[in-house]
Amino acid sequence: MADHKISRRTLLTGTAAAGALSLTGLPARAEVNWKKYAGTKLEVILAKGPRGDNLQKYVKEFTELTGIQVESEQIPEQQQRQKCVIELTSGRPSFDVVHISYHVQKRQFEKGGWLADLTPYMKDPTLTAPDLVESDFSAAGLQYCKNDKGQMLSLPWSVDYFILYYNKELFQKKGVAVPKTLDEMVAAAEKLTDAKDGTYGFVGRGLRNANMTLWTNFFLDYGGEFLDAKGNILTDGPEAVAATKLYQTLLTKVAPPGVAGFNWMESMASFTQGKSAMWIDGVGWAPPLEDPAASRIVGKVGYTVVPAGPKGQYSATYGDGVGVAAASKNKEAAYLLCQWIVSKQQGARLLQAGGGVPFRNSILNDAEVQKGVKMPKEWLQSVIDSAKISKLGLPVIIPVAEFRDLVGAAVTATLAGSDPAAELKKAHDQFRPILERSEKA
Amino acid sequence: MSTLTQSTPRAAQPDAAPEKELRPPSYWPFVVPALAVVLAIIIFPWVFTIWMSVNEWKVGSPTTFVGFSNYLRLTGDPRFLEAIGHTLVYTVLSVVLPLVFGTFAAVVFHQKFAGRGFLRGIFIMPMMATPVAIALVWTMMFHPQLGVLNYLLSLVGIPAQLWVFHPATVIPSLVLVETWQWTPLVMLIVLGGLAAIPTEPYESAQIDGANLWQVFRFITLPLIMPFLFIAGMIRMIDAVKSFDVIFAITQGGPGSASETINLYLYSVAFVYYDLGYGSAIAVVFFLLIVLLAAVMLYARQRMLWTEIASDA
Repeated sequence: MADHKISRRTLLTGTAAAGALSLTGLPARAEVNWKKYAGTKLEVILAKGPRGDNLQKYVKEFTELTGIQVESEQIPEQQQRQKCVIELTSGRPSFDVVHISYHVQKRQFEKGGWLADLTPYMKDPTLTAPDLVESDFSAAGLQYCKNDKGQMLSLPWSVDYFILYYNKELFQKKGVAVPKTLDEMVAAAEKLTDAKDGTYGFVGRGLRNANMTLWTNFFLDYGGEFLDAKGNILTDGPEAVAATKLYQTLLTKVAPPGVAGFNWMESMASFTQGKSAMWIDGVGWAPPLEDPAASRIVGKVGYTVVPAGPKGQYSATYGDGVGVAAASKNKEAAYLLCQWIVSKQQGARLLQAGGGVPFRNSILNDAEVQKGVKMPKEWLQSVIDSAKISKLGLPVIIPVAEFRDLVGAAVTATLAGSDPAAELKKAHDQFRPILERSEKA
Repeated sequence: MSTLTQSTPRAAQPDAAPEKELRPPSYWPFVVPALAVVLAIIIFPWVFTIWMSVNEWKVGSPTTFVGFSNYLRLTGDPRFLEAIGHTLVYTVLSVVLPLVFGTFAAVVFHQKFAGRGFLRGIFIMPMMATPVAIALVWTMMFHPQLGVLNYLLSLVGIPAQLWVFHPATVIPSLVLVETWQWTPLVMLIVLGGLAAIPTEPYESAQIDGANLWQVFRFITLPLIMPFLFIAGMIRMIDAVKSFDVIFAITQGGPGSASETINLYLYSVAFVYYDLGYGSAIAVVFFLLIVLLAAVMLYARQRMLWTEIASDA
């Protein structure tokens, strides 16, 4: 009874204090006129996933703050990308705010001129809260959202680092140490593989196109660069051949049979069932791995950075952002929404639920925010460590999809025994004219 | 009253009959709506597709006329040539297998036995399921480590298979899904055919001492041929344009081992946004379908001749 009373009183005082703070704090600190566009109605197009969920769950708070009505829809990623491109090309998109996948769409959106320049809004104190400054975004985020003229065309929302997931139980059983280098990883995977028992040392994406995200992490660790100064593609050089050989070794010798057709879903299934000891993939899979309804290895998962290669240690990085359609009639109101989407509070919620990692350092490094993270501490540490070694995981070109399909098919073909150098050369002979055509146009 | 008012206008045109030679144009107003619809949704898109196919037409870039260069590009595109092969293999297998199993099932379900109606109901259930949903279920059933199929094989001592996860077995595995789903359709069509067969030929065959196979081969099969033909036609059209199951299970992989023309066309037009080249593929794909349909029609025509010949 007494407990009850105290908690209620604490709650009440807490609420009052918060209310008072916001009353005194808001007008004094920031002169953002949140209500200026009250009554406006915005349309948002989102790719389906935890980011979209996080927005839709709390968007009422934005409406309360600004009086702006928000209609949003989530569409599966691939279809969302197509719909956006088709509508933006038509010149009259049905949406004001668009969720974009940087690693696939950055160059395409810039070339199309589809996004409004947010730089002037960022500089306007009546539109931008003082805590939202360019320098708060990580380097990868700024690389993604700015065009070559330095204009800010979107706000970086959520970053995806590749990390190494490992099964602590299997590691202990075989007395294997967590690998620090790619060579150690191959050796560890060999020890962990027990084909009779149906367990394997390593699992990862083998399916064409999807596999490029994993392969490029090896490519970066072998010192690879995607493009030279003139924009020529370099993914068939010696670094690429070395990376492909490693990929081939891992996926043919110490990975489950059939891995050539695995996307993240099949890989995750093998890992969560305790059938594979290591898995390299995006950082966002922690929630299903720690969910007892979906996973047999809850509490046994180790999280760490991708091991170092001979020429460096990188975490292949992908990400998405939110931008305002250049054709929108409500650009300022749409900008306010973008700002709210990447705000500290929304970013903290996203991180704490494990649904994504904000690009903003002030969120990631905030001790209070970190305390609320529901995922294991190791996971958070792997995120923080990956941020320091992050490098873009795909070339910033228009035909990203063709690149992933053609080079991805070549890399998959090596799993059936083809020679890496020959396969890569063949794929690039096909890809180079496509790249030239798209850049020339 | 009403009959009076209705008949008045007719009565007011007593000289309508002599103008008979002027009547033919009067059907035009009736044809125009249908013609407009056909023009708008069939002819225009086709002409426009052909127009796009002779242009370099990429989303976000200006279009330029390039003549037949998209078609020339096709002849040297290994992915396209492979896709034609995949489409043909996939189509032949997923027409023939459901026809064979469907006919067999129909013959079985044509017999009278206890619980026949219930079992028929169970048997046609795959047909009612949503292709994408069943594709996702099959994907997990095919999983080499965790899938139920390999578990079942292990019970009878057969080693684990790679199913859709290996280039050599991916198309047969996809055909397995297609066969599982569409055998019931063939069965339903053939059952209809069986119901229409009179009993007399069977009785006389029995008297002549024909065995089960002979009865099937010389009586049942010829009599249900027209129905099998219809089933085959429907299956062929479905199999050639099959997209959802392949896309949901393999996305054309591993590598491009199960990439059919339809999947490649989708990638080119809607993932690479290369509408000009995609249209060229669509045109060639269309010609291929016309060719297949012509072969089927020719076969049908020949069948008619044999029917007439046997009648005589």
